[in-house]
Amino acid sequence: MTTQQALPIGAHAPDFSLPSTPDQKVALSDFRGQPLVLAFYPADWSPVCGDEMVLFQEVFPEIRRYNAELLGISVDGVWSHLAFAKDRKLTYPLLADFEPKGEVSRAYGAYREAEGTSARALFVIDRGGVVDWSYLSPVGVNPGADGVLRALESLSQRAKVMA
Amino acid sequence: MTTGWTHYEGASGVLTEPVDETRDHIMGPSDAAVTLVEYGDYQCPFCVQAHPVVAALLKADGPPIRYVFRHFPLTTVHPLAEPAAEAAEAAAAQDRFWPMHDVLFSNSPALEGEDLRRYARALGLDERKFVRDLVERVHAPRVRADFLTGVRSGVSGTPTFFIDGVRHDGAFDYPVLRAAVEAAARSSAGRR
Repeated sequence: MTTQQALPIGAHAPDFSLPSTPDQKVALSDFRGQPLVLAFYPADWSPVCGDEMVLFQEVFPEIRRYNAELLGISVDGVWSHLAFAKDRKLTYPLLADFEPKGEVSRAYGAYREAEGTSARALFVIDRGGVVDWSYLSPVGVNPGADGVLRALESLSQRAKVMA
Repeated sequence: MTTGWTHYEGASGVLTEPVDETRDHIMGPSDAAVTLVEYGDYQCPFCVQAHPVVAALLKADGPPIRYVFRHFPLTTVHPLAEPAAEAAEAAAAQDRFWPMHDVLFSNSPALEGEDLRRYARALGLDERKFVRDLVERVHAPRVRADFLTGVRSGVSGTPTFFIDGVRHDGAFDYPVLRAAVEAAARSSAGRR
């Protein structure tokens, strides 16, 4: 097994364009000028109550408060994503890193070769498209949303100082 | 070892919002040996399981415990958890938080509006005020505030326990929680 080199802080976030529905694509460049949260996760249909994607839905209003957007990314296909989002009442886009499988996850160093899934990894990308914060969660552990909120808060404070 | 990741240090696994005697729902003495904080959801089956465990711990012949309950409703998957949490707060407004808390967990998942109303009646609450509080969502900001303190402390699912401010990552059956509480009591006695 090869060890993935994780995308470091300060790196330019690799652009991508992935389907969120059968006829829509979402690109990183769509979010230039605002902070963006990327939540890579292993699979739709995780059976636990404290599911990470559900937690992020609950926290979504706080993320929006920083004028930030949120994208979930896994290797599941768009039809799975649509059914999953409907079942869990998720209103932010879930992107299908499906074909070529895991390409974007790999570019972010958030791919688990042995399992063939995305890792549980979080990125906060700043307005200029640079990785400002990232976190790789241990397998099976829901990372929570505290780190993301702190990173967004810190970004917004720095933006104020610069203004 | 992978490089390039910032692991957030300091806050993960630590209760960032200390217990506030004027705001929190607290059971047990304020000078107890151990403080146990739970983030819970009345519609979560695991919280329902944990409820009698906590009750037994508080009654047990062990170190005195100060127990605090904070709301963490995952409303997208548990649509009845939010009104139930607000019902507990509506009861709190009439000084009956803990009786309602017990009734909600003991009867979960029967948490529809009619159920909540029935529980309020059974507890002898002013039913008109109780219903008005729920309809007007008077206590929604309080529930949301609890939820956000949990998020800030890294709570990602329910139930999540903090023992003396440190997240308990183990199981929450009686023997495990009891052992964790006793260990915390010993370490706090050592500091005194």
